[in-house]
Amino acid sequence: MKADAIVIGGGMVGAALAYGLRRQGLDTLMLDEGDVAFRAARGNFGLVWVQSKGFDCPEYAAWTRRSADLWPDFSDEIEELTGTGLQHQRPGGLHVCLSGAEFEDRTRQMRDLSERSGGAFRYEMLERRALDNLVPGLGPDVVGGSYSPLDGHANPLYLLRGLHAGFRALGGRVRLDARVTAIRRTGATYRLETGTGKLEAPKLVIAAGLGTKPLAAMLGMTAPIDPVRGQILVTERARPFLGMPLTWVRQTGEGSIMIGESREEVGFDDGTRWQVQARIADRARRIFPFLERARIVRTWGALRPYTPDGLPIYDRPPDGADAVVASCHSGVTLAAVHAGVLAPAIAEGRLPDDVGGLGTGRFHVH
Amino acid sequence: MFTEIATDPGAPTVTIVFEGREIATRAGATVAAALLAAGELHFRDTPVGAERRGPYCLMGVCFDCLVEIDGEPNRQACMATVRDGMRVERQRGAAGIGP
Repeated sequence: MKADAIVIGGGMVGAALAYGLRRQGLDTLMLDEGDVAFRAARGNFGLVWVQSKGFDCPEYAAWTRRSADLWPDFSDEIEELTGTGLQHQRPGGLHVCLSGAEFEDRTRQMRDLSERSGGAFRYEMLERRALDNLVPGLGPDVVGGSYSPLDGHANPLYLLRGLHAGFRALGGRVRLDARVTAIRRTGATYRLETGTGKLEAPKLVIAAGLGTKPLAAMLGMTAPIDPVRGQILVTERARPFLGMPLTWVRQTGEGSIMIGESREEVGFDDGTRWQVQARIADRARRIFPFLERARIVRTWGALRPYTPDGLPIYDRPPDGADAVVASCHSGVTLAAVHAGVLAPAIAEGRLPDDVGGLGTGRFHVH
Repeated sequence: MFTEIATDPGAPTVTIVFEGREIATRAGATVAAALLAAGELHFRDTPVGAERRGPYCLMGVCFDCLVEIDGEPNRQACMATVRDGMRVERQRGAAGIGP
């Protein structure tokens, strides 16, 4: 089977890029490995989040802001095309601090982030009294927090469904259970072997989450992407009370309260541990004491595709061929910029200047 | 409709109150069984679409039988055992858990 472009990966990054490439008119084939994959895109929290991204990397911070700015139109576009509403809202977001020391650290981080963005990152540090006007029911341990009007949230499962449905609606082709076992290049043509047949295209995108590392190696590229587990708790549905998302607590469009987050390096184990969940629940209870009355109805663990510096990877192979490796752990936040900016550049055979510093060269020690 | 199969005819009768209606049942029954035997099928209204729902799985999985029991919202009727004088109300939409 032949196509103009093949995207390996049907998760949040792959689907956004496949959708964006098809939108540019390329005959695009999206490959999904199947349910044997670790599927980070099924485990997201759902923030479209700016205020914690790129403390040490202005380029990533700007890329994130650009995506958050594109999100409203992107969300409307997917809804119009597919009928799937993504529940995107941008009421701003809050990061609460549970001690004076946390508040001081946060104040410094936010100031640095804003200065390095030339003022493009907008935020306010709010004392406790000001927070009470924004969010009801905060516990006594909350001393203050940072608010940014740039933050928002969306339903990540509707996003994934919307991207797939949008891609198909535009005429994109999907192959399921298509695990790629070999990649070869003959001249300007990539030839892929999968469990279900041979495929070829002059343009190749590898956006396979935790499957990216071995696939990139087939192109002679080193992509150090390893799993970092996060666990999430979800409560029964409650009447709407929370008008904006917090870093670790958000109320969904249906009323459920999602509670995160955690970080564990446990290899390819996407299970859960009550010890970690107890810590997550305790922090949520310190923020909103009334959550003690809420029943937890679901919990899960999911594996983030993580790099050593926590930043995304966007790179092309050293042989100059027309391939791109794309990976990040904020596939929801970056979906809009992936579909609207990265994909059009890839269609032209290049990467956007915005992400020139996010190649794999930064990991090579000379 | 449902017919009660008396597995323990000697069990004492208890009375619960559902939406103001007194319902006689037997000790040991689940709230869901007692309500179904009394012909009650409408247990809750869904939080988003306000649609009527009643028990489906009767084994603690589907969460379609949610009711308010003695003031506590979102209880699974199929997993709660009746108690004399228990007051049960329909779960109308989402629980008011917030502040």
